[in-house]
Amino acid sequence: MQQHRELSEKQINTQLLNGALATPGWWKFAVIGLALIVLAGFATFGFMVNSGIGLTGKSRPVFWGALITTFVFWVGISHAGIMISAILRLTQAEWRRPVTRAAELLTVFSLITALTFPIIHAGRPWRIIYWIIPYDFSRGIWPNVRSPLVWDPAAIGTYLTGSILFLYVALLPDLGNLRDRTIGWRNTLYSVLSLGWRGNSRQWRLQTTAGILLSALMLPIFVSVHSIVSWDFAVTSGVEGWHSTIFAPYFVIGAVHSGVAAVVTMMALMRWLWKWDNFIRPEHFDALARLLIVVGTTWFAFTMIEILYSLYSLEAQELAFRDMQIFQWPWALLFVIFLITGFFIPVPAWFFKRVRNSIPLMFWTSISVNIGMWLERFLIIVPSLARKQPFVYTWGSYHPSLVEIMMILWSLAFVAMNMLLFARFFPLVPLFEQKESQVFSSKIKIGRASVPAVLREREQE
Amino acid sequence: MARKSILGLYETPDAGADALDGLHAAGIEAHDTEVLTGTPYPEGAFGEHVPQHRLFRFPAFGAVFGFTLALLYTAGTQLAWPLVTGGKPILAVPAMLIILYEFTMLNAVIFTVVGIIFESRLPNLFSTAAYDRRISEGLIGVVVSCEDNKASEVESVLRRAGALEIKTA
Repeated sequence: MQQHRELSEKQINTQLLNGALATPGWWKFAVIGLALIVLAGFATFGFMVNSGIGLTGKSRPVFWGALITTFVFWVGISHAGIMISAILRLTQAEWRRPVTRAAELLTVFSLITALTFPIIHAGRPWRIIYWIIPYDFSRGIWPNVRSPLVWDPAAIGTYLTGSILFLYVALLPDLGNLRDRTIGWRNTLYSVLSLGWRGNSRQWRLQTTAGILLSALMLPIFVSVHSIVSWDFAVTSGVEGWHSTIFAPYFVIGAVHSGVAAVVTMMALMRWLWKWDNFIRPEHFDALARLLIVVGTTWFAFTMIEILYSLYSLEAQELAFRDMQIFQWPWALLFVIFLITGFFIPVPAWFFKRVRNSIPLMFWTSISVNIGMWLERFLIIVPSLARKQPFVYTWGSYHPSLVEIMMILWSLAFVAMNMLLFARFFPLVPLFEQKESQVFSSKIKIGRASVPAVLREREQE
Repeated sequence: MARKSILGLYETPDAGADALDGLHAAGIEAHDTEVLTGTPYPEGAFGEHVPQHRLFRFPAFGAVFGFTLALLYTAGTQLAWPLVTGGKPILAVPAMLIILYEFTMLNAVIFTVVGIIFESRLPNLFSTAAYDRRISEGLIGVVVSCEDNKASEVESVLRRAGALEIKTA
């Protein structure tokens, strides 16, 4: 890390609270624009509930389409938070500091968005409640815990609750800071939310221990969530292309690939919108790109292994399915776009330092990854269902309807709008982490070079 | 006798550490002093008493509680509506394991957060101890809780260490 900038605590407060304590000119326009899309999305959903799910492109035998694809996509994006925050916290990677909160926040909002998609997809949202929660005491009908329909909410609910608490605990010192910088109703709000934080040794010690302990607890949850989402498909033995033993790790690594790419997208936007050049520096993009090379290559290996395993079995149906998925129109085109955007454009590009250190290029390559990753989920779900299966007796096809396209747009606007609303009241970059970095880092001389070094805890006596 | 909370504000960590040394030399107990900062300094940076905590017990309790809750939910719902599938046992253990795992982890996390708040001695919304907003801008605060008759002695120790300002509450 060669780009360390020395700033006083006051400077850090002023620069990082510029979004929370003042309203940037562009903010209102952006929020109003996004809110209009969000409202249009809610109206579309209401229209669909009223008219029925015939408005979607779903029809026999393709009953899972763009809505479930988008559900898996957002669960994938949500893996950014814990991957970045927990792993980097546990390994004490210095470059995590400006990234963690935005990543955790992305986890929270993308999970909330993901959770809405099965509800939208089901068409009759009120029925979801008694499929999941054992409340119907009068009739004695209970949720079926053998069904992935119960596993998903259990896993995602756990991950969402844990992520919100993780985010809140790390926000406590900054809430105390905001309380000290505000007056009136905002002061009251931050006083209550900060729970009376003072910043004494005991509270800081607990804060540090909490970061590590919660990271260690969240990591196994993070692995389980996309594994369980993958079992929605993998335990369905009747659908070719789904019944695969490698689905759990394949989905997890795919989720990390898309999630970390989404963090890059967000970091680039944050730097550009709030002018946080002192905090979000090219070195952070460089480190994230190096991480993405490893993750992306591992994910690509899993993609190839999945295809290889199905070909190696020499089962006629599996071979026919792969032939359709990879070589037949229109899936062939989507398959090529998926590979090019998900792997062949971004990963080789990240081998070049000039790309890793260029924020516009990192922004566009990260967008490319997520176009590819959405298509990956689409190509797993739809072609498999479109084939004639033993129990559906018919072939089918699918294309997303305008209602489904609107719901996808709604999800993007919903996440972006919530991020902007959060940024208006809370800091997107953890202030205390930046300040700690200033305390722990120091310039040392090695020979004739002066380099920034990071010092750690005192030696045990 | 009534107690007072006296806050000395310092510009540098060294001055804060000097103030704490002076207070200890004047016979003030470690548990009556508190160092307030806007930054997590390394433990013992001010020569302060390093507090002990029992945070690690909380996730263990939470995990046991969550596992029990999940066992009641999964076994209870299956036994309440026995659905025999292919002659297999009513309790589908592999499926139960997923819910058991998630509930165990969920409650471990919730109890950990409760533990963090409890062990941090929060919420503390109506604290009467002295505080200054400039602490979160970089000043170091040394707070002493002492009896009224010791207040002037404490203030002079804090001043000798170079306090920018003394506040009393």
